[in-house]
Amino acid sequence: MSLLVDIEKKVGQFHLRVSLEAEQGVTGLLGSSGCGKSMTLKCVAGILRPDRGIISLNGVTLFDSQRGIDLPPQKRKVGYLFQNYALFPHMTVKQNILCGLYHEKNQAKKHKKLEEVLKVLQLEELLERRPFQLSGGQAQRVALARILVGEPELLMLDEPFSALDSHLREKLQVELRSILADFGKTALLVTHSREEAFRLCGEVAVMSGGSVLLQRETHSLFENPQKVSVALLTGCKNIIPAQKRNAHLVEIPDWGISLETAEPVADTLTHIGIRGHSFHPEEQKNAFSVVVLDQIEEPFEWVVQFHFVGQKENTSALWWRVPKQAGMDLQPKTLGVHPDQVLLLEE
Amino acid sequence: MNWFPLWNSIRIAAMSTVLVFFVGIFCAYYASRLPRAVKGLLDVVLTLPMVLPPTVCGYFLLVLFGTKRPLGVFLSRFGIQMVMSWTGGILAAFVVSFPLMYRTARGAFESFDETLAYSAQTLGLPNSYIFWRIRMPVCRQGILAGAVLAFARALGEYGATSMLIGYTPGKTATISTTVYQLWRTNDEAGAMRWVLVNLAISLVVLLAVNLLEQRQKEGNK
Repeated sequence: MSLLVDIEKKVGQFHLRVSLEAEQGVTGLLGSSGCGKSMTLKCVAGILRPDRGIISLNGVTLFDSQRGIDLPPQKRKVGYLFQNYALFPHMTVKQNILCGLYHEKNQAKKHKKLEEVLKVLQLEELLERRPFQLSGGQAQRVALARILVGEPELLMLDEPFSALDSHLREKLQVELRSILADFGKTALLVTHSREEAFRLCGEVAVMSGGSVLLQRETHSLFENPQKVSVALLTGCKNIIPAQKRNAHLVEIPDWGISLETAEPVADTLTHIGIRGHSFHPEEQKNAFSVVVLDQIEEPFEWVVQFHFVGQKENTSALWWRVPKQAGMDLQPKTLGVHPDQVLLLEE
Repeated sequence: MNWFPLWNSIRIAAMSTVLVFFVGIFCAYYASRLPRAVKGLLDVVLTLPMVLPPTVCGYFLLVLFGTKRPLGVFLSRFGIQMVMSWTGGILAAFVVSFPLMYRTARGAFESFDETLAYSAQTLGLPNSYIFWRIRMPVCRQGILAGAVLAFARALGEYGATSMLIGYTPGKTATISTTVYQLWRTNDEAGAMRWVLVNLAISLVVLLAVNLLEQRQKEGNK
């Protein structure tokens, strides 16, 4: 594999224990803020020093506490795109990018590489500008150019879109997709946005409280999150304690119902989850009478909050998300969920 | 008119500023990365000369560098004498103006965005390059301001200077000691001349600071 990380680091009360493998392509680190995502990147880059463990990249050991190996950041060939892009404010765009070519002493080669990256990232017009004269998207392209021109073995992106307006975000995600595809080596992308992870990452490692809970191919992670915390991070709204009845039946005391499941139920099951989009009025299986409490309009969707008829008091309302369409009924008598849409979860 | 005091003041201020510049940056840089408790202690020690009366600083310098005192004896082996010589003026100006450089530079270093240094490291830039070509230029406003303040303070230094090197015309006399000496000996016109010279220098220094700041604003943000 190309990147192998297995490290531990204690900082005050926080205990980072990350083991992670990344192949060629984009691996996402998904987690809420403070879960150790950025800290992991900093350890890989050599900015922070883990207490113990191993980091290796394409067969080169970057860090090994037992063998006393700790390469300085300069020797790791790891490109790091910071949240704020970290462009040097006193240098022009050109000078910034040339920093990435510091070690290229052959002037002709240097010039050629610069020309290439300027063309690919469409920066020819901006060469003499200073960072404060750039828009957020331009600054991101300059920062990427500065990194890519040095031909790193690994590219790490720390929440690359957090500094941008939302309307720019989607456009730049598309841009970044093709840049990452051209890069062709291993990339790590830190994000707390599931859309970003879904759009850009072939694989996702979910982090929480300093460790990796689960690392899987992106689609299967969203389809079968397995753990309560992972389901929450992938945006599942209706998560509730549940008990196994038999191999394909779970009981949910708080909702006063039992649900059929397509997957066999494990003995270790503690919760189930149902995504807001998984409810359907015309679904016959797992259909129960509901009371609609509230309807919230969004640009392209309705969010309907409801209770099951037999639901215990003082339990949270459920979420039903339904795309807007003509003639739809927002006050259905029953809502059903197909057995293969019931997510089986463990604590 | 004998211009020696002007020349003496300027060489003392210039040399002490050069020293203060490098030592101040060095101390500020390392102090800004120390743990808080150690930094607090170091801060007190390094800033003390700013709050002490200059004559008290001069007293300490005499205690340390007097001709019969250990440091004075040590330096005399290399033919250096601090008491009653213009080189002592550099020492006095250095001690008194150091806190100004140290504090302004430390403030600048502390507000430096460390991700700039990190990203420079991952780009493969050597640490010396990062310090001199990234950290220093980004912090240059604070550093320059500190240097100019230190220079102005050194130029106007009186208390510690008069304690350590006294007033010998043509040997240790500076503008500020000359003004006092002339006034004391009822040469009001002579004192006035040096006051005007001092005013002119101060104006030039302040104009230079303003010009620098303006250029900074145009060039950078």
